[in-house]
Amino acid sequence: MEFELSEEHRLVQRTVREWATARLLPLAAEMDRSSRYPPELIRELGDLGLMGVFIPEAYGGGGMDTISYCIVMEEIARAEAAISAVLSVNNSLVCYPILAFGDDRQKRQYLPDLARGRKIGCYCLTEPTAGSDAGSLAATARDAGDHWVLNGTKIFVTNGVEANVLIVYARTETDPGSRGISALIAEKGDPGLSVGKVEHKLGIRASSTCEIVLDECRIPKDRLLGQRGRGFSIALSTLDGGRIGIASQALGIARAAMEDATAYAKERRQFGRPIAAFQGTQWKIADMATRIQAGRLLAYRAAWLRDQGRRHTREASMAKLFASETAMWAATQAVQIFGGYGYIQEYPVERHFRDAKITEIYEGTSEVQRMVIARQILGAS
Amino acid sequence: MDVAVCVKHVPDTEAAIRIRADGHGIDENGLPFVMNYYDEHGVEEALRIKERLGGTVTLLTAGPVRAALALRSGLAMGADAAVHIEDPALEGADHLGVAKALAAAIGAQRYDLILCGKLATDDNAAIVGPALAEFLGFPQATAVTKLELGDGTATVHREVEGAIEVLRVALPAVITVERSINEPRYPSLPGIMKAKRTPVTTKTLGDLGLAPGEVGIAAARVEVLDLSPPPQRRAGRILQGEPAEMVKDLVRLLHEEAKVL
Repeated sequence: MEFELSEEHRLVQRTVREWATARLLPLAAEMDRSSRYPPELIRELGDLGLMGVFIPEAYGGGGMDTISYCIVMEEIARAEAAISAVLSVNNSLVCYPILAFGDDRQKRQYLPDLARGRKIGCYCLTEPTAGSDAGSLAATARDAGDHWVLNGTKIFVTNGVEANVLIVYARTETDPGSRGISALIAEKGDPGLSVGKVEHKLGIRASSTCEIVLDECRIPKDRLLGQRGRGFSIALSTLDGGRIGIASQALGIARAAMEDATAYAKERRQFGRPIAAFQGTQWKIADMATRIQAGRLLAYRAAWLRDQGRRHTREASMAKLFASETAMWAATQAVQIFGGYGYIQEYPVERHFRDAKITEIYEGTSEVQRMVIARQILGAS
Repeated sequence: MDVAVCVKHVPDTEAAIRIRADGHGIDENGLPFVMNYYDEHGVEEALRIKERLGGTVTLLTAGPVRAALALRSGLAMGADAAVHIEDPALEGADHLGVAKALAAAIGAQRYDLILCGKLATDDNAAIVGPALAEFLGFPQATAVTKLELGDGTATVHREVEGAIEVLRVALPAVITVERSINEPRYPSLPGIMKAKRTPVTTKTLGDLGLAPGEVGIAAARVEVLDLSPPPQRRAGRILQGEPAEMVKDLVRLLHEEAKVL
């Protein structure tokens, strides 16, 4: 067994850590307060190759593996979680399905701009009545001869406000359940496509989350992604990779909480000594470090299996489940270590606390992850 | 314009340094190493010259196996080629020995310009650049904050006490750079992948026509006698009492103990 990062992985880690510390960390509090990020960050991320980490260099991407993607997500989230959400959607949920299921023309048309940060992608799966039960979605794509006509409302779309390229899951067949679903590519400016309500969120506030409304939206016939009626399996295979990224994002948030709490515990004095001298604090820090390390090993293993082309549905869910619960737990401990200062906006841990929560919810709630893991062990019932 | 940049692999300045038990070196076990920050500015300057005028950027280092990582990160920034002078005899070399080895590797090629960092953050010596110029018989300018290239010449700015000194040197020359000369780029992921595919040329002292005795410990004119950690910083003091009293105390302490007034 090899537990060492390669030379390239270490270079990626150092580069992204330095960039994120210099460019994101100083802006994090203000981005959270104003619920926006400077748009030029996307171009910088694109120039660094971070918007398409595992997209081949031939399509303008980073040409790297899933382990590198984990490293990128952890380092970005450690500095600022909302940008890691922007990255996660663009990499895992948009670039990946186009790379894996798109035809040659679609890859050449969309991947270079998405990977270089000249365009942003979003993923439109969830609907008001189809969340964890995504297979019950109601949006439709009507075959109208030389084009598709899309109708429906998608919600909780990360990057939806800025997105130029939208992966839309809609029903093309009359079959009920997940079998009648197809994946299609919509573009900003398609007639009948509009941005609906923009949400105000608890955490990852600088990234946009909104409704996407499809009202007799016409798109050309060649925007079908993969085979007709195979959309749900595309969605699921996309989420396997996405969950590994969310695991690493969660670990980045957990690490931020731990690093901030550690620095504070060494500085803050009560009863004549730093609170780090008290065992109650030490045990919290020790448990944070242990859980983060365990989560990282789960994420790296799932990423490694993916890079070997092996099945990793169970491992991706385990990593996502454990890492996201670690993030929430570590952020809670960090707030506790900061005491009253952890509850106010002057210190960053309340932001980590708010940012951590989403990792237990999106790309499959903790309950869904447990369902996936149990199904892998018990067999489908 | 073909530019060579000399780089050094040094301990990360943020890492805690432990001194080896024999007192003559540092314990490298688990210590993170990076390219010397000043050298990163040298690489950046070379890349900007290449972007403006065309040509190539070649990196050179003389050091142990791990030093290849410094070359790798410079290649990831965008350099074209890298030469690693790696020889057991270098272990005992002093700054002049390292400069002699670099000069031998550079002298055989036809570079228009040699860039170095002003100093390396591990030993702060600032010797290798100037010594390299002497061995090559090239003009030199040190601690440069601005570099402009003309026809066969370079015009450089140096910050001197209260003024900026402007010098012109004939090329080829050795120029060492200050950190304010530019803002180094971050290596991109495609850059890192390209660097992985770029072969690093490894040369022994013998390949460069040098005998171990000319460069290694036998030739060293400087011997490290001892290394000791800097004294621990004393804890701060918090003055108490009435503001007027505290100000008086503070002024007295700054004058008598800290000796800054």
